[in-house]
Amino acid sequence: MNAPRIRVDLQQVADLVPAGSRVLDVGCGDGTLLAYLTRFKQVDGRGLELSMARVRAAVSQGLPVIQGNLETDLKDYPAGAFDYVILSQTLQATHNPRAVMEELLRVGRRAIVSFPNFGHWRVRMSVMFGGRMPVTSTLSDAWFDTPNIHLCTVQDFIDLCRLMGVRIEAGFALDAMGQRLGFGATSKRANLLSEQALFVLTRA
Amino acid sequence: MAPEIAPQPVHGAAVQDLRLTLENPLVLQSGVTLSPVTLAYQTYGALNAERSNCVLVCHALTGDQYVAGTHPVSGKRGWWDDLVGPGKVIDTNRFFVVCANVLGGCMGSTGPKEVDPATGQPWGLHFPVITIRDMVQAQAKLIDHLGVDKLFCVIGGSMGAMQVLEWANRHPERVFAAVPIAGSYRHSAQNIAFHEVGRQAIMADPEWAHGNYLEEGRTPKRGLAVARMAAHITYLSEVALHRKFGRRLQDREALTYGFDADFQVESYLRHQGYTFVDRFDANSYLYITRAMDYFDLAQENDGVLSQAFTGTPVRYCLISFSSDWLFPTEESRAIVRALNAVAANVSFVEVESDKGHDAFLLDEPEFHQTLQGFIDGTAEIRGLPGRAKGARP
Repeated sequence: MNAPRIRVDLQQVADLVPAGSRVLDVGCGDGTLLAYLTRFKQVDGRGLELSMARVRAAVSQGLPVIQGNLETDLKDYPAGAFDYVILSQTLQATHNPRAVMEELLRVGRRAIVSFPNFGHWRVRMSVMFGGRMPVTSTLSDAWFDTPNIHLCTVQDFIDLCRLMGVRIEAGFALDAMGQRLGFGATSKRANLLSEQALFVLTRA
Repeated sequence: MAPEIAPQPVHGAAVQDLRLTLENPLVLQSGVTLSPVTLAYQTYGALNAERSNCVLVCHALTGDQYVAGTHPVSGKRGWWDDLVGPGKVIDTNRFFVVCANVLGGCMGSTGPKEVDPATGQPWGLHFPVITIRDMVQAQAKLIDHLGVDKLFCVIGGSMGAMQVLEWANRHPERVFAAVPIAGSYRHSAQNIAFHEVGRQAIMADPEWAHGNYLEEGRTPKRGLAVARMAAHITYLSEVALHRKFGRRLQDREALTYGFDADFQVESYLRHQGYTFVDRFDANSYLYITRAMDYFDLAQENDGVLSQAFTGTPVRYCLISFSSDWLFPTEESRAIVRALNAVAANVSFVEVESDKGHDAFLLDEPEFHQTLQGFIDGTAEIRGLPGRAKGARP
């Protein structure tokens, strides 16, 4: 069966997961990525989602998803329970991103993390010349509405990984749609030119 | 050799009462040996050639084996007729559905109402105390008899959820999917307390006659009715009670300044109590509530619930209801945490409902959708055929 197309940014994540892996999708929403991975990559997948409405939507598709809060509930899982733990576009909305990263890499042998890049030139322009908090396609909410409380730049994130002793296995610079740009997330240009970034991390 | 199974579809047909008397005595959790043991059960749909499509439904405290179709005693619809039947969520066109009256029950299975062959008298209080494990042990013999090695799904609400957990814990290799609904891994202190009120009400009725009412030709109607009234309150939510009755008066314009049922809610509860005694045995009520009180899956595992699930291959789906205060969501969540601790395959949904614990018996579209999704998804993994096109969701 030919796999259907899913949202570009989800597709980028899906492409990083080897077939047959054990996967935990943290903040899995209505289960779009999990459904894709289960069906077309035969993963043994689980999902954790905060919104009960989205959990119901996912379980109604037959996906093993539970309602829970990633900042309190990841600790329930045993170490190394999954080959991959996915956290897509959510790290910047957590209260304690470093603790969350620790948990992702305890529960999973690898973590796939993506986030909007606050170092992108459009963001910098907005603050520098507009004098206002940026509203862009990857940061679409006004400052008073946004769930994003811990925004960072690609460089900030790389610094955190270094601080935590986390190894970056791969890093991809993405445009607003989630398409890969022609350079890696660890390249000099990425901090200025990528609208989002996607990393594969490991403690191993 | 497994016997040939020729189950009768129940819809439109007369209910065929099925009975199985176990070949061997049952050694109960208490150590007591019980014999003979008969289970009264119903089946719906047909077992497939691979014997892989069997769904075991476990009933709640006052439920029985008549899940779907028309109840032969009350003439009402079966207690899960909304969910079980051709084209329904538990589709009897696809699944072979089995439900047995629990051990200790009063709808044909061996229980205190039945005659003890040793004495020729009803068991009464000579019946041994039974547990959820004993109920499941007896069901496992029935499933053997039906020629099923592995159940596709064990599902049930409330006390049924306890049986589901016991099944999945005790026989993980025989259960593909487990769906405990509005349940818990152990009966809480508050729930034991409510049960004790019910039991005391029964035992305080002189007609109970120390449990010998059947021999003496008496019926502890008042005691059992009060037990039911108290329990019934715990099945509803404050919001649901208020919406249904408020402070409205029953067939009168003003308060009577007496103790007649002035309020509709009183009248309703009295009705619930008095209709219950026609279909339920008081001693059965004592025994089954006791079985629920004794259930504690954590304590059986050195106080660590997750140990009950270590290495489990079973796919779990837990469902709770937001206004259920008898088996609150937190109880289901504790099970989910324990399952996560062993990285088990688990789905968990809390359904928004203001109907209290009873919601699992009612037409709750969100609940049915969730269950439908889980069952269809799991059936696909099990290699069972999907829902017929055009079947109603």
